[in-house]
Amino acid sequence: MKVNVKYFASIRETLGLGDEMLETSAQTVGALRQELMARGGEYAQVLGQGRAVRMALNQVLAKEDAALHADCEVAFFPPVTGG
Amino acid sequence: MTLSVTIQTQDFDVAHELAQLRQGQAGVGAVCCFVGTVREHSEGAAVSSMELEHYPGMTEKSIQAMMQEAAQRFDILGARVIHRVGLLQPQEQIVLVAVTSAHRGVSFQACEFLMDYLKTQAPFWKKEMTPTGAQWVDARVSDDQALARWGLDMPNA
Repeated sequence: MKVNVKYFASIRETLGLGDEMLETSAQTVGALRQELMARGGEYAQVLGQGRAVRMALNQVLAKEDAALHADCEVAFFPPVTGG
Repeated sequence: MTLSVTIQTQDFDVAHELAQLRQGQAGVGAVCCFVGTVREHSEGAAVSSMELEHYPGMTEKSIQAMMQEAAQRFDILGARVIHRVGLLQPQEQIVLVAVTSAHRGVSFQACEFLMDYLKTQAPFWKKEMTPTGAQWVDARVSDDQALARWGLDMPNA
């Protein structure tokens, strides 16, 4: 399915891109993260397990097991620091 | 009940916002307001400016949901949140959280609840410009602990 992935802050900076559309067979946000990490390089560096990476699905904070659907929006970002 | 949030680059006028919030609300006896500003020093280093990034769409949605939750927990009459984004200088205003209610207790509580909530759950990221270069601000465990006091276990840092 096609998904729209967004990156923010230091993750966006390291990857050098803020968003990308991609085709995936991943069923969950966590599986998509694994798929992106498998690209190696900076993807593995910024999205690696054990790193503090937060996720959102359709603009709502989500956990690893959140289910993807066609044309959904997923975001990966560092711990937030607003306020 | 008015619950409104605005994300904007421009500065806000606290007096104007409080007047707007109170307008037409006959039952209001208490108005509580918090303003967050850019500190000149952070972790011992001088901060020359700060850049605030956010997730357009999600920022407004998430804060709106937090305000709905505040209205469910506390008997408030209205709430207003303004959060700036973009490039800010030391001493500039960053965030406003204002709450109205009949009596002061719930205003104080709801105001603190909203600040604790948005500190660790609203998608903003701060980058500080210091003499040694630009660095992203680290999230704090103490902020997670502040939110936990309200019974919300949603670790960020």
